[in-house]
Amino acid sequence: MSDGRSIRVALAGQPNVGKSTVFNLLTGLSQHVGNWPGKTVERKEGVYSHNGTEVHIVDLPGTYSLTANSAEEVIARDHIIRERPDVVVVVINASSVERNLYLVAELLPLPSPVIVAVNMMDVAAQHGVQIEPDVLEAALGVPVVPMIATKNQGIHELVQAIDNLVQDGTQYEPKKPEIRDDHRALLEELNELVVGYVPSPYPSDWVSLKLLEGDVEIMEMMENRLPEDVWDRVYAILMEHEDAVVAVAGGRYEWIGRMTRAALVRPGVGQVTITERMDRWATHPVWGLLVLACILGLVFWLTYSVGAPLQGLLETYVVAGGAEIATRALGNAPSWLSSLVVDGVIGGAGTVVTFIPILVIFFAFMGLLEDVGYMARAGYVMDRFMHLMGLHGKSFIPLYLGFGCNVPAVMGTRVIESRRGRLLTIMLVPLVPCTARMMVLAFITPLFFGAAAPLVAWSLVGLSLTVLAVSGVLINRVAFGGERAAFIMELPLYHVPNWRTIGILIWQRSLAFFKRAGTVILVVSVVLWVLSALPTGEIETSFLAGVGRLLAPLGSLLGLSWQMMVALLTSFIAKENAVASLGVLYGAGGEAGLAQILPEILTPAAALSYLVVQMLFVPCVATVATVFQESNSWKWTLFILVFLLAVSFGLGIVIYQVASFVT
Amino acid sequence: MRRVRRRGVRGDRDLPLAPGRLSELNAGEQAIIEGCDAGHMLVSRLSALGFTPDAPVTMVQNFGYGPVIVSVRDTRIALGRGEAAKIRVRRTSGGR
Repeated sequence: MSDGRSIRVALAGQPNVGKSTVFNLLTGLSQHVGNWPGKTVERKEGVYSHNGTEVHIVDLPGTYSLTANSAEEVIARDHIIRERPDVVVVVINASSVERNLYLVAELLPLPSPVIVAVNMMDVAAQHGVQIEPDVLEAALGVPVVPMIATKNQGIHELVQAIDNLVQDGTQYEPKKPEIRDDHRALLEELNELVVGYVPSPYPSDWVSLKLLEGDVEIMEMMENRLPEDVWDRVYAILMEHEDAVVAVAGGRYEWIGRMTRAALVRPGVGQVTITERMDRWATHPVWGLLVLACILGLVFWLTYSVGAPLQGLLETYVVAGGAEIATRALGNAPSWLSSLVVDGVIGGAGTVVTFIPILVIFFAFMGLLEDVGYMARAGYVMDRFMHLMGLHGKSFIPLYLGFGCNVPAVMGTRVIESRRGRLLTIMLVPLVPCTARMMVLAFITPLFFGAAAPLVAWSLVGLSLTVLAVSGVLINRVAFGGERAAFIMELPLYHVPNWRTIGILIWQRSLAFFKRAGTVILVVSVVLWVLSALPTGEIETSFLAGVGRLLAPLGSLLGLSWQMMVALLTSFIAKENAVASLGVLYGAGGEAGLAQILPEILTPAAALSYLVVQMLFVPCVATVATVFQESNSWKWTLFILVFLLAVSFGLGIVIYQVASFVT
Repeated sequence: MRRVRRRGVRGDRDLPLAPGRLSELNAGEQAIIEGCDAGHMLVSRLSALGFTPDAPVTMVQNFGYGPVIVSVRDTRIALGRGEAAKIRVRRTSGGR
């Protein structure tokens, strides 16, 4: 479907082949990131020009095969079958050719012509693997282009190969994999039964092969289309040969073996590679934990030594400066407008702006670890502990990031491959105490507990984490049937990171955050400002205060006044606001004043219950917005809100009643 | 070093090609895959990754607890202990 002016290309590949680097090279910043319709899987597309032709590229999700086992695989194969791109470029990793070609074996029977890009030739060479692209091309019958995407090598050849294939496809004669002899008759029998009922655009022989493999989606599709007696016969055949999936996979690998026999040279036995050497430490049950602890410590150090000062600078110059300018500019405007802009809008936007340094540091950290190949090792080392909570080892790092800020932590759950694991982790991130919550903790505990303050503070952190672990087990059992997805994880070879790839990743993630969470924060800030100003202009008699008073009965169970309830509500914007709101509500004028007043109006038991609720309470609106964005589900976002409300208030009440009984 | 449990076979401990489970291999030992005793989805995933009958596999790391690391078709793959126990193998090297 090309008219000489514009063509469509799909980019496929298994994970860890450098597909995104290739995509970035081809499309640069023209790429547009979104979601596949109705799914939470990321969709990237971009465009480049060559010889007057506009080439539109879609980056398909990285998949090991094209079964129906995961949403990513279904998306990838549906795109090729339904959209019929002009070319499918499969990126493979030169150091795992044999396994990577499995995807090629699945792609060749599909309607679009294939080009194989052999990437990471340098990494292969480092590990003693040699591959001959020309020999592979002769064997496969499809264009094979060697590349080192991280060094910009091979990209022109790839662009040219795409162009050549589209201009003149007559030379394209792929040697497609054929089913093993012992199952050939079976496949033909299936084919005869279903041909004629297969809906276009699905290729009939591909459908028969998928049926033989026991593909759930295709089976469902054909069950609906075949007349009952025909389906019964098909089903009987499939039930009798349930192990055919192994035969089909085995057959593909036999084909791969023949294709690579001449083209591939492996390292001699006994040669120890860099990856093996590094993994002796990184995956060791004891040393691996140490390595991980050091890396995590480094991140935290970076966040506090670089990130916090930057936040302070932004706060002073950008936010406060902006407020100053606005106040002056609106000098003649009515005071409510000035307050709306300065306190509401700029206050809200300011929160978003101060997120920037922390976000960038975290995204850079995650991008770097993933690119280098270490992320998988971290997941491996932590899996022993994570699986006790029904989580995957890879859940650890996003949860850990939650200590800094819940927002990048939720976004970081993308490294988790299974949807179930990702959802469960997203639900648990808000229970990790972030720095904002710790700040409130650090402010209030000394006022009530004197020398015991650090003990109380750490106990509360411990409480949060215990609740996290217990909630994990509970939610897993109730919502997911208690089991977790099988632990199968590739450990890719280590290689030098590509800064361009990481840079683009940081840019995209930060942009996504601002667009989604940024708007939500702004809107909620303004709404809260409105509620606190109307109808009288004084916060004590505003709607917000009215809501606080409504909640007073609940508050009394916790030993909290309506002012404290209002503070809880405003902490929805940002946890730090709790302190500021209390200051305003009690007319305390600043933290020092508040430090004096609070001990007079609260008992230690009440302070304790307030802190418990604060720690476990609904997370800040930025986190909620991100949870919604990453889970793509109203149901789950609502669930976590209700769950946290129940847990925080429930525990708060219990602790208050017990504590005040004791004291 | 750990001894492989052989089902129903007593006596001679030096049987070279004794069958067993992937989770029983020690680091450095090699084997050939015979099959997977698992549900359809797991079998399908493992097969796609290269765990097919007659494929050679090497145990890279196995500390007796926690997930193992194996090398199959030039790739290092970490497997949960439960998953590794479902894969039947035939040892081709290594001793007791």
